Amino acid sequence: MSAPLVEVSAISRTYSMRSGMFGRAAAVHAVDGVSLTIARGQTLGLVGESGSGKSTTGRIVLGLEPPDSGEVRFDGKPMAAPGTAAWRAQRARMQMIFQDPLGALDRRLPVATQIREPLDIHGVGTPSMREDRVRELLRAVELTPAHGARYPGALSGGQRQRIVLARALATKPDFLVCDEPVSALDVSIQAQVVNLLADLQAQLGLTLLFISHDLRVVRQISNVVAVMYLGRIVEIGSADDLFARPEHPYTQALVSASPAPGRRSASRIVLSGDPPNPAARPQGCAFHPRCPRAIARCASEVPALEAVASDRQVACHLVSGAATRDAA
Amino acid sequence: MAPLVSIAGLSVAFSGVPVLRGVDLALGKGEAVGLVGESGSGKSVTWLAALGLLPRHAQVTGSVRLDGRELLGAPAGELDRVRGGRIAMIFQDPASALNPVLTIRKQLCEALALHRDLSGNAVKAEARRLLDLVGIPDAARRLEAYPHEFSGGQIQRIMIAMALAGNPDLLIADEPTTALDATIQAQILELLSTVRRELGMAMVLISHDLGVVAENCDRVAVMYAGRIVEEAPSNQLFADPVHPYAQGLIGALPPLDGPRRRLTAIPGTVPDPAHMPDGCAFAPRCALAAEPCGLAVPSLAPIANDRTVACIRAEASRRALLGIAAE
Repeated sequence: MSAPLVEVSAISRTYSMRSGMFGRAAAVHAVDGVSLTIARGQTLGLVGESGSGKSTTGRIVLGLEPPDSGEVRFDGKPMAAPGTAAWRAQRARMQMIFQDPLGALDRRLPVATQIREPLDIHGVGTPSMREDRVRELLRAVELTPAHGARYPGALSGGQRQRIVLARALATKPDFLVCDEPVSALDVSIQAQVVNLLADLQAQLGLTLLFISHDLRVVRQISNVVAVMYLGRIVEIGSADDLFARPEHPYTQALVSASPAPGRRSASRIVLSGDPPNPAARPQGCAFHPRCPRAIARCASEVPALEAVASDRQVACHLVSGAATRDAA
Repeated sequence: MAPLVSIAGLSVAFSGVPVLRGVDLALGKGEAVGLVGESGSGKSVTWLAALGLLPRHAQVTGSVRLDGRELLGAPAGELDRVRGGRIAMIFQDPASALNPVLTIRKQLCEALALHRDLSGNAVKAEARRLLDLVGIPDAARRLEAYPHEFSGGQIQRIMIAMALAGNPDLLIADEPTTALDATIQAQILELLSTVRRELGMAMVLISHDLGVVAENCDRVAVMYAGRIVEEAPSNQLFADPVHPYAQGLIGALPPLDGPRRRLTAIPGTVPDPAHMPDGCAFAPRCALAAEPCGLAVPSLAPIANDRTVACIRAEASRRALLGIAAE
């Protein structure tokens, strides 16, 4: 097996947040010791609720934000310092897609001009070659040159997201970070964009980091899925298997909270308590105040992410091998 | 049994552009009905029109009857008693529905004073009981708090408490959990079903999420471009959808377990209300469309004793589905 394209080791990011004008600053551990590897041509899905740190992880992986500690290596090399020529060259190989395509596009420019912009910035080819490339990109996302002449306001939500995708692909990147790319779209349009993304990935050999709160969409597109809770990965495993046999109590609750047509709510695990607040993370396992199975040890000791099977790692005292040994 | 609410031929146009094109729907006492469809399909407009909540320039025609009494064009005084009193509504964005500079107690008591014959301490006691009912811990103290002191899930609980203030017979929940995280969504849906069971209240759950509707409703109506295209008991609709659009919606939903397959996306986009195609509005996106589909708008016709479908290709569509299932 070849070396992974993206290697993230133990990255952490803390923000300070002030409550009110004179309040004392509190440290918010948005991301805390997250390690990931993404193999070439594969998709890693990152799921979690708001405040779980999944978007911050995506921004750090892309180099939009430096980690406080830890390191991100892209294609075997550490990320170059922001603003340098090496950094620009590296950034052309990695792109990002956001949730709100209207916010990511300039309303006053025809969309074809916006697709061309990265080519102009990175000085790719001659002007006529760039025009050809724009037409090729529009075709790749199943739109016509006529769509290219329009302004973002004259396109539907699905078409706008295709334009954003075309622009991200303009510099022929190897790696795409997609942050909730289909969450704002209607179900039927969502399926179109998910299929398109899967096709483009297969054609171009793209590597993806796919961030979403939607378990179904994440499973559909990912090879490996990581579940985050309050800045840490609590479970990671193969996409086929993870939601079918979740091990961590939080993953189990998430899967059970995901409504399924044809299943009545009788068997649902309903977690008590409020959504987690990253500014006041509980001691020990961050999930223990809401966990239906928590024991005394969960309140004092942070569980480490440990392998429980060849393709599964779980951070839970009740699941990991260590706990079973202790209990025996 | 006479229906609680019956809607017939309800149509709405905004400055000449039709957005709702003849909706027929009946709702029994205590029944939970789901309305699904994509943005712009008319799910919310149906109920805003029924309750007279649309701006004045909207042209509303048809009939909406509550216990046999016509609501469209009813005098303002009567509508005021219906809204909040008999039919209450909660919305997707609960934070913007509360006044940020008033305490929860003020806002709850306002709703109670409007709809219930209570005064003085009885109002306050009732407000506390409602907060208890919707699962806000330490209700007596939390009554004095302002909206920003609550989380999104708690705010939606408070909205539900306010909706319950008038003891309504029907609660319209318009995307009540869309803005909430998955685990909080599960809490709110659980709360809604408990409250509904305890109070014997009917509910209309409006959602774009098929799963949410399937799990929480007895019956589901699927809307497309301002019309109901299929109506069926939830379990039947998801096991055996007949209308090609309903089939498409279910096929577009990625499965959570079992083998992964390519999603069957519906091609194209929802038609522009100002330029509706002739005949069936779904025909341009439909794989089964035939020539007659472009001629007349199909009417909602029964295919079983509790199912209706608006599709002239319903038979072909059903065969196609069974054919795929048999392979």
